[in-house]
Amino acid sequence: MTLYTSTVVTPRKPSRVWAKIGENTAYALGLPIILLVIWGIWSSISPAPFFPSPLVIAEAFVETWIGPAFVNDVLPSLARLGISIVLAVVLGIAAGTVIGLVRWLRELLEPIFEFFRAVPPPVLIPIVAVLVGANDTMKVVVMVTGAIWPVLLNTIEGVRSTDSVMTETAQSFAITRSERLRFLVLPAASPRIMTGVRQCLSIALILMVISEMFFSSSGLGYQIVFFQRNYLIAQMWSGIVLLGLIGVLLAVIFGFVERRVLRWYHGVKEVERA
Amino acid sequence: MPESRSAAKPLLTVEHLRKVYESSTGSVEAIGDISFQMNAGELVVIVGPSGCGKTTLLKCIAGLLRPTSGVVELEGKRVTGPPPNMALVFQEYGRSLYPWLTVRGNVDLPLKHKKLSRAERDRLIDDALVAVGLEHAAKSYPWQLSGGMQQRVAIARAVAYEPEVLIMDEPFAAVDAQTRADLEDLVRTLHRERGMSILFVTHDIDESVYLGERVVVLSKSPTWVQEDLSIDLPADRDQLVTRALPRFTELRTHVYEQIQRAKRGEAVRPGATAA
Amino acid sequence: MTATADAPVIATPAPPRGSSNFRRQRRLRTLRKVVLGLAGIAGFLVTWQLLPTLGVVNAAYFPTATDTIAQLLALFRDLEFWRNVGRTLTSWALGLLIATVLAVVLGTIIGLVPFLRRATHTTVEFLRPIPSVALIPLAILMFGYQLQAALLIIVFASFWQVFIQVLYGVADVDAVARDTARSYGLSRGAQVVSVVFPTALPYLMTGLRLAATVALILAITAEMFMSVPGLGRAIMIARESGQWTTVYALVIVTGVLGLLVNIGFRAIERRSLAWHQSVRGEEVL
Repeated sequence: MTLYTSTVVTPRKPSRVWAKIGENTAYALGLPIILLVIWGIWSSISPAPFFPSPLVIAEAFVETWIGPAFVNDVLPSLARLGISIVLAVVLGIAAGTVIGLVRWLRELLEPIFEFFRAVPPPVLIPIVAVLVGANDTMKVVVMVTGAIWPVLLNTIEGVRSTDSVMTETAQSFAITRSERLRFLVLPAASPRIMTGVRQCLSIALILMVISEMFFSSSGLGYQIVFFQRNYLIAQMWSGIVLLGLIGVLLAVIFGFVERRVLRWYHGVKEVERA
Repeated sequence: MPESRSAAKPLLTVEHLRKVYESSTGSVEAIGDISFQMNAGELVVIVGPSGCGKTTLLKCIAGLLRPTSGVVELEGKRVTGPPPNMALVFQEYGRSLYPWLTVRGNVDLPLKHKKLSRAERDRLIDDALVAVGLEHAAKSYPWQLSGGMQQRVAIARAVAYEPEVLIMDEPFAAVDAQTRADLEDLVRTLHRERGMSILFVTHDIDESVYLGERVVVLSKSPTWVQEDLSIDLPADRDQLVTRALPRFTELRTHVYEQIQRAKRGEAVRPGATAA
Repeated sequence: MTATADAPVIATPAPPRGSSNFRRQRRLRTLRKVVLGLAGIAGFLVTWQLLPTLGVVNAAYFPTATDTIAQLLALFRDLEFWRNVGRTLTSWALGLLIATVLAVVLGTIIGLVPFLRRATHTTVEFLRPIPSVALIPLAILMFGYQLQAALLIIVFASFWQVFIQVLYGVADVDAVARDTARSYGLSRGAQVVSVVFPTALPYLMTGLRLAATVALILAITAEMFMSVPGLGRAIMIARESGQWTTVYALVIVTGVLGLLVNIGFRAIERRSLAWHQSVRGEEVL
């Protein structure tokens, strides 16, 4: 006995498909192109000293970043960022799981952790810099210490608030503790954890930029400040654009990962809204 | 009155079960004194007025709650925690199925620690899904299915687990009437074809008479067993035919009267144990 | 927690005074929570005290907890300290206000007009992840080391928090509620006021809370690196002159400020949430 009524799928007419693609592209690119054009025209009519035309910026971008600077400055920055994020997420989830599951440990640590999280992360940079020295380790330590808190605290919160009916279900089937952790507690907490990871990403990026701008003599941030101090405006802008692209890239990667990991969660939410 | 007990030991024994809840507003005696027995292969339905502690009773039997006093024994062994040979189907299927697992994944999960081979597990899962009619939905997620189908998944999960006793806590309360009729028949089929021992709790009087071989009527709080009624309808039941039988009407009227008496608190509790 | 027990169930009678026992248990539990929390803080302070004392960390750059707290108390008597607190809070509040007004206006307009939403989607998704601090060099060029430069940074970051939430809120309007308003003959404007605003309000409160935290972080960051007067600048000055007790004391102050802002705005958010059941996606910093 099957419970499904058949679904009929009619193929889309080819011309409609292309029209749809064209429409989406127009929406996607329309406003940015218009804004760039306006900017370009404005800067050629009444040039502002700090806002060169987009074409100049594009040129400077290619000149500055496509070449040795990429390897010497950008890649190391990205590597440090990547390592810090991985460390912060892994340590945060591991510690958060343990603390979230052991009640007295959670009650012991949560208040002090909430205080650490409330301290604005950039404030820690001069402190870490003087304790560890102004080197690569310092940058990673800064990023990890600043960015771990959202992951840690969100994991704790997510792990301890597992639905009681789901827990009882697992208990009634005599599912072992470690199985419960792997198949119930962590998946149930994953939406919360992903929120923490998202915040972690942006904090790490902020800390990377600042620590390189003001506490370093190499890296992407340092280069941008160097350009600014030497009034190389177009190059400075190109650096800012590059930072923007990195930010966008991080967001896109996170979006992919989140959609994959939380596919079920988005499904449930959609069904609830319908 | 219960049928004459078979010589074999009963599967499930509940003796003088009592449960008192404490809250900030005072203590609530959810269950006063419940005693009954269930034999292997029986389909026993528990029914009672709202708020009489049916869910509390089930949770105590399932080892999820510690009773204040009294004993629950499954296959001769005392129940102090969820016993491994028991499966539960909850009313809130939406919160009982795991939304990050497919239907197949949900049915598979309790089997993981049973030390079966992959092939064995697959066989059990396929068998259970076919039994509930969801063989085509194995790859779907629970939230993609309707309420009735989700409850079927929960039932399949319990069936695949091959428990000694299946406990169902008002599983069809949140399901529409047509689906409910189908699910009732599913339960009867599982019971008859697989000889599963089923303990079923409901507030629906018609359902209790249609499904059960025995109906245990609970009083209102503090709860005790008001009556233990045996249903002498033919084993082969059908939604249309059986419900039209005069005996069905007699029985349901009787149960309804008992429930009304329970609600009014008129029934007198016998001095010693019930029934 | 689980109800599994290892010992067999013994027929013990329920305690005679049931409800007061429960209340006592509950009080004990809260007490335990408070005690443990304080113990955690105490443990942290002890560790802090021990680290420089035992030479694990260089005592010159890492003063003991007692020294820091003493300096903190000294600061409380310093008028300049309070002036700095005021300056930080002023730029924070100003930046938050500007960002909120802009975000509410733009968010409402764009949120209500589907064409605008589609047209601005990619632009928003590109501009949003840009770290506000990347604009510091630009801000310095444009405004010099002034409050306006700091405001640019603060507003840019806080704006997105509120804007995105307002977009969500305006989009979340229940179709049934809107149809009901329409069927009662309410004008477009009245519909917006009676249906859209209440629906979007909790989202706005969430956005405000997130934006408030971001604004504080960036206000202090701007003070640290753009020489704008305030707590951040005080930290850098103390650092340069080697007054590390002051540095750490000020760090504690910023943490306390952050806590207060967070708690305060959470309370406001919860008030507005009291009647509204919805799930909002937490946004990035």
